[in-house]
Amino acid sequence: MAVLIPRRKTEDQIAMSKPLGIRVRKGATTLSFLAPALIGIAVFFLYPLGSAVYFSFTKFDLLSVPEWVGLDNYRRMADDPFLLQSIRNTLWMVVVFVPVRIIGAIGLSMLLTQLRRGAGFFRTLFYLPALVPPVAATIAFVYLLKPGTGPVNHFLATIGIEGPLWFNSPTWAKPSLVLLGLWAIGDLMVIFLAAVLGVPASLYEAASLDGANAWQRFRSITLPTIQPVVLFAAVTGVIYTLQYFDQAAVAGSIASGQATVGGGISSNFGFPEGSTFTYPLWLYTVGFRYSALGYANALAIGLFVVALAVTLILLRRAKAFSGEES
Amino acid sequence: MTAVLDTPPVLSAPAPDRRIKRQRRLAWIAKHSIAIAIGVMFLTPVVYLVLLSLMTSDQALTADYWPNSWHPENYVRVFEVTPLPHYLLNTVVYAVSSTVLVLLSSVPAAYALAKLKFRGSNALFLLVICVMMLPPQVVTVPLYLMWANAGLTGSLWPLIIPALFGDAFCIFLLRQFLLTIPSEYLDAARVDGCGEWRTLLRVVLPMARPGIAAAGLFQFFYCWNDYYGPLLYTSENESSWTLSLGLASFHSVHHVDWNLVTAATVLAMAPLIVIFFFAQRAFVQGITLTGFKG
Repeated sequence: MAVLIPRRKTEDQIAMSKPLGIRVRKGATTLSFLAPALIGIAVFFLYPLGSAVYFSFTKFDLLSVPEWVGLDNYRRMADDPFLLQSIRNTLWMVVVFVPVRIIGAIGLSMLLTQLRRGAGFFRTLFYLPALVPPVAATIAFVYLLKPGTGPVNHFLATIGIEGPLWFNSPTWAKPSLVLLGLWAIGDLMVIFLAAVLGVPASLYEAASLDGANAWQRFRSITLPTIQPVVLFAAVTGVIYTLQYFDQAAVAGSIASGQATVGGGISSNFGFPEGSTFTYPLWLYTVGFRYSALGYANALAIGLFVVALAVTLILLRRAKAFSGEES
Repeated sequence: MTAVLDTPPVLSAPAPDRRIKRQRRLAWIAKHSIAIAIGVMFLTPVVYLVLLSLMTSDQALTADYWPNSWHPENYVRVFEVTPLPHYLLNTVVYAVSSTVLVLLSSVPAAYALAKLKFRGSNALFLLVICVMMLPPQVVTVPLYLMWANAGLTGSLWPLIIPALFGDAFCIFLLRQFLLTIPSEYLDAARVDGCGEWRTLLRVVLPMARPGIAAAGLFQFFYCWNDYYGPLLYTSENESSWTLSLGLASFHSVHHVDWNLVTAATVLAMAPLIVIFFFAQRAFVQGITLTGFKG
């Protein structure tokens, strides 16, 4: 936090000592730089956020006027079985998806630093899937993991394993999404690669002289040094998971084989058996399929509170974000 | 004398040296084998998709990996029998206009946050981070109502107009980059009598080109891949659909055969991979910039 508030007092004191005219003109220039962004934040973020809070206490659909119902929407959350399921699904993703991706990304970046030859080639190769549009990647994975004809189960059968139903099984649908997320791990890998390469070589040399093996060097040198990046990845990973929508929506629609996205409403979101209903997917369904807009806003406020709490964890470690002193 | 001094280490070294060398070579082989295995796994989905897209529609329904006969004409047919050209056009319009507008509106804001001192700059930066971090679904319903009241849902406008007013992630990324430009350059320009706008245009912009390239690439890729925005605003009007939306509904709505769906899927990812190879450095630098110092 401290790093975000540098040099404030002296700047203000200097500014105060200047004549009023110059200060006003400087302020106007600064404002001209910031005006579009300020309008954007106000119109497309603060105003809708305020509206969402107000709407969450009302009941209405696309055709009716909001009617004040007090805390009804929040009470309704308590006995909404689909909400409970979507919270469970999103929590599952937070607990499994986020750590698996972080461990995978650290593993890949460590592997890359160990390669004497072709490190650049492999870096590009491992990164490429992160470029594939999520919808395209999801289609590819639904096809790869198709229970009857997909090559993955075909391959598993040849080595004597009966493959699961993947996206068509309530138990395996979320693990299939994790596999998809692991495939597109490139961004995270590049971030960890930069962190791992930033660990001073002298530390490793000292440890080698003390007879530490590779795993000990990783445990006692690499991991502590990149720990702020791990925290950053964990927090942004949780945020990403809280808004996880595209892959879950498309996987459910395509795997069910009879998707009807037309009209913006898929009756196959959550397929199979609601196992891919993430929290935002349920929010979208409540709002735009059932037109329960007041209730959808209450769900949105719930999401806001959780996401804000997670964001604050990151901001308290704002040092990681600043870059000012580096 | 020198010969005597040189020999002892050479004489005592060989035995452990050879063992270490063999160990190292084994480790080398192991590490590269793992890398190759993972590389193959990473490539498989794309290769499989390409192979499927070259099969006949009947063979695409089987468990075959390898096309019995090759049908590159699938890539022509998909343009003829589906609205793909239309989706492609909408996607290009959305991605290009949004990228240009976002850069125009975000660069000045990022410059002010990085290099100008004003009261509340820290608070504003924290606000930008909050906007960047909070899930878009939080404000979805009010925003949708806003655009519906304006009569613009069903068109691409709700996706393009906000770009006029900056994007939080873009501002954040550009600010991080601009911080790396030494303030001495700016001070020199100011001493020469440049106003802030001229300093930005003449001095900062040329130096910030890599950062701007990275931010522009990210925005372009984001728009190209965007599924949530088009689903929310354009799904009611098929003539405004983008590639992502079209791909997800090809099979169901248009009853397009799978070999053509996969051909369209390959076409959707191809431009991004081509762009990446031309702009790899700006990209990697941009990703590293999104963080934090270890």
